[in-house]
Amino acid sequence: MPRLPEPRGSISAVVLEALRRRPGRLGPVEVATPDDPLADDDLHLALYCLYELHYRGFDDVDERWEWDLGLLGLRARLEEVFEQGLQEALSDWRPPGADPGTVDVALRAIADADDGPSLSRWLETRGTLEQFLEFVIHRSAYQLKEADPHSWAIPRLAGRAKAALVEIQADEYGGGDPDRVHAQLFANTMDALGLDSTYGAYIDLLPGATLATVNLMSMFGLHRRLRGRIVGHLALFEMASSVPNRRYGNALRRLGIDDPKATGFYDEHVAADAVHESVAAVDLAGGLVRAEPELLDDVLFGARALVELEARWAAMLLAAWERGRSSLRRAAAVAAR
Amino acid sequence: MSEQARITPYRDGPLLVRGPFVLTDQDGNRIDVGRRTVALCRCGRSQSKPFCDGTHRLVDWRAPSRPE
Repeated sequence: MPRLPEPRGSISAVVLEALRRRPGRLGPVEVATPDDPLADDDLHLALYCLYELHYRGFDDVDERWEWDLGLLGLRARLEEVFEQGLQEALSDWRPPGADPGTVDVALRAIADADDGPSLSRWLETRGTLEQFLEFVIHRSAYQLKEADPHSWAIPRLAGRAKAALVEIQADEYGGGDPDRVHAQLFANTMDALGLDSTYGAYIDLLPGATLATVNLMSMFGLHRRLRGRIVGHLALFEMASSVPNRRYGNALRRLGIDDPKATGFYDEHVAADAVHESVAAVDLAGGLVRAEPELLDDVLFGARALVELEARWAAMLLAAWERGRSSLRRAAAVAAR
Repeated sequence: MSEQARITPYRDGPLLVRGPFVLTDQDGNRIDVGRRTVALCRCGRSQSKPFCDGTHRLVDWRAPSRPE
């Protein structure tokens, strides 16, 4: 289990201080809306730690905190701020028209309308090895628990949508082979690149905008109310995956790293996500909207929210790199092999 | 799992193959698929043929799921 990270402000300080104690003594906490609720360091570290109690927990933290009413109350308030921030960021956006039979077409329109900067093109054509390692460190917040946030949705679905989600997740989890679990393939990549693949090792280095991309799926996944959004999130994630992953593998080869242990994660995702894309858009998202037509807008919102946060995250990395700076909160002591 | 392989053309996308199947080249050599469901290229532009690699989206390739 990971160690608790360092606090970044008053909210995360309250959370992290509480987690060092026994459960049950958390008073009311004032939470003001930050300037950028989609990237605020303090808000998103606090939320990330609260969600992490539902995944792997932390070293020396009492596991009963997961269901402590005081912490859950604080989490609800932080989620309210985050969700409101999303609504405001997308207030001008209108979902493409669709019916239950054309959800895949609408999702594709959302993917095609994504005009965010292309991190994969940068890395494929001009990124340095240090930048690639930073990219891997950012993604470790999700990819060491790849697929887990979407698994929360399984018991909330039925029929065709459930079967489709399980078909995707079974592949994500290696189809019964622990060596092929995607999170393990990612750990292999980190090891091969000389990074620390310990779960949670780099939390302190990750900016709020990075943690927000993971908090987005944890929030969508943990609330049954948001099941449409987590399904839309997964569908778009899969649709936007095969081509960039080919570029990431190419980036490593261009940088002289042709080790299958390093490139395996990316190469595997080219083929895997070509399958998942169709299943997620048609069978999962389409299947859910056929069963629950009122969830159509939520499915599309979940997809669009992913595009929004990924674009902001990619812009943050590229802005740092274009200035020759690190995109992490402090430059990592990354020992390239 | 069904006893027959099922092949499904997905709209604007690949052919998905599920169920018991083997994939071979024209000389009968087994092609390792590594997963239970595979996506075979339908647009002709994949760089990983016979598998789909998502390129159909880059080239805006279109085809219905039902027969034309």
